[in-house]
Amino acid sequence: MANISLVMFLLFIAITLGITYWASKRSAGSSAYFAASRQIKGWQNGIAVAGDYMSAASFLGIAGIIAFQGYDGFLFSVGWLVAYLTVLLVIAEPLRNAGKYTMADVLAYRLNPRPVRAMASISTLTVSTFYMIAQMVGAGALVKLLLGGYVTYNKAVIGVGILMIVYVVFGGMLATTWVQIVKAILLMSGTILLSILVMAHFHFSFVDFFGAIGHVTYHDAKGQEVVKDFLQPGLRYKPPYGPLDLISLGLALIFGTAGLPHILVRFYTVPDAKTARHSVVWAMALIGSFYIMTTFLGFGAATVVGPDYIKTHGGTNMSAPLLAQALAGNIFFAFISAIAFATILAVVAGLTISATTSFSHDLWTNVIHNGVERKPGEEVLVARISAFVVGAVAIMIAIVLGPTANVAFLVALAFAVAASANLPVIVFSIFWRRFNTAGAVTGLAVGLLASIGLIIVSPSMMAIDPPTVTGTARHLIQAKALFPLENPGILSIPLGFLGAIFGTLLSHEPSSQHKFNELLVRSNTGLGAEKAGAH
Amino acid sequence: MAEANKPSQTEWDQIAESQQFKDLMATKKIFILPAFVFFVVYYFALPVLVGYAPQFMSTRVFGVLNLAYLFALSQFFVAWLIAGLYVRAAANFDRLAKDIVGKAENGKGNK
Repeated sequence: MANISLVMFLLFIAITLGITYWASKRSAGSSAYFAASRQIKGWQNGIAVAGDYMSAASFLGIAGIIAFQGYDGFLFSVGWLVAYLTVLLVIAEPLRNAGKYTMADVLAYRLNPRPVRAMASISTLTVSTFYMIAQMVGAGALVKLLLGGYVTYNKAVIGVGILMIVYVVFGGMLATTWVQIVKAILLMSGTILLSILVMAHFHFSFVDFFGAIGHVTYHDAKGQEVVKDFLQPGLRYKPPYGPLDLISLGLALIFGTAGLPHILVRFYTVPDAKTARHSVVWAMALIGSFYIMTTFLGFGAATVVGPDYIKTHGGTNMSAPLLAQALAGNIFFAFISAIAFATILAVVAGLTISATTSFSHDLWTNVIHNGVERKPGEEVLVARISAFVVGAVAIMIAIVLGPTANVAFLVALAFAVAASANLPVIVFSIFWRRFNTAGAVTGLAVGLLASIGLIIVSPSMMAIDPPTVTGTARHLIQAKALFPLENPGILSIPLGFLGAIFGTLLSHEPSSQHKFNELLVRSNTGLGAEKAGAH
Repeated sequence: MAEANKPSQTEWDQIAESQQFKDLMATKKIFILPAFVFFVVYYFALPVLVGYAPQFMSTRVFGVLNLAYLFALSQFFVAWLIAGLYVRAAANFDRLAKDIVGKAENGKGNK
């Protein structure tokens, strides 16, 4: 079984390395390297956005949560799609019109570029690094589970790290885009196939399928056999804080998705704002279909495989692969596992390129060297070097933490920072004439610190573990959590907005108001926007 | 390069204050603001109802299918619907924006 998985993994790696080789010959110059010469088509970018966004946490994680906690897991799925309406209605087009390579471009347009870019870059690097570490630890644990006999956790982490470095260093945005497209197509095919097989198992009768969901039998923590209606809400989010946590998560998704740097950079790869809009619509079609199908994946795993079996065969994250195995045997198990692996690789590549773009374009060129490339190609060279550094750091942290580390909260943290720090300042810089540099810097700083601070005192990092939990799986602070919610959004997002508002009102900056008309006209009409490259 | 024929500050101000541009902004606002408010309210109704009225949301509609699941499922279709309506409305924004850009670029050539 493991060798079929291995062959499929290697096949995917071979295809993506081929893409990287092809892209490497088309990645000379900043616009080509950072934005694929802005020549990606709308539908291609849409698929790539979906590929960038649907992480293993969605594919394996949500399927697992539904398999164990039923309907409450499905609630997760909803927010991931609806969040794209913020991207579509508010962010994508103005961003494409006003910026060049990073989200900081939009902020620097009429504000004092150096402090604003420095803060925006810190926020971008924070979001990307946290998200990446969560993915890397997940990848290592997954590969170890799937290829147990062949690959250890450390080797898996190093392998994933090296591949993502290779894609980004040699192939730039063009290779990253196509890796994401291949991955998204694989993920969609696997999910559709799995959904059809689940329905086939129930003789294509929705009555039978939902009937089975109404009576899921398993053993609870005390070893008692229980029968539960898995469509019933409340299996995960229980009073007193459950509902608030759910709302807080919703806020982080709705406002955070439109502030995720690795999603935002994708809109610079298309020729104009109209194409950016169409790519969001394509992405929504794919992302929505995928998350609706988590009904089949998650409830399928609950009814066909059952929580008891999953618990003793790798745990929640193995729900989807085990479902594949139960329905169509080892080859399909290997295929679904290979897709999960492809998913992780594509997402980490997307995170790496957004981090390196921000480091080289924002920090190196614009903050340290005042917006001047000292020699042609410097920006791309710095990006390539920083991809090595980012990759190496992510590998080291993931190895130090180890496979059992409690890292799931890092994804929540990434979304919280994106929603509380990035989104308020992007929105204000596009829509609020009075907004200024002090507002942007305080908004970013308050949003970032509030998110991190609240996560540190939340149940994700503060809890009292029983002595059986050891090493990095233990919570960092062994005490009762001070903040009762796992998702800080409900508090940190208003704080981010307030920080930006107060910072603005407490200072005066006529030049930023003066240039507002230019940004307003440019972001709404595309007049003066960056054009697609020649090649 | 785009930088070379970039409009001057006065030209940006003129465009921003022109009736055409104000029309564009008003047309956008009329669609985007209500659409945004509607989807935010519709979306947050889900966690609020499920979280605070779980009994009510467990009401079965067809077979085991309950309000909670159907409302969650409806969110996907509502999101797609809003996206579709936005794309239709945006064709109008594009037309208005194109006029403004065309005028600005021609104006430059005549000088």
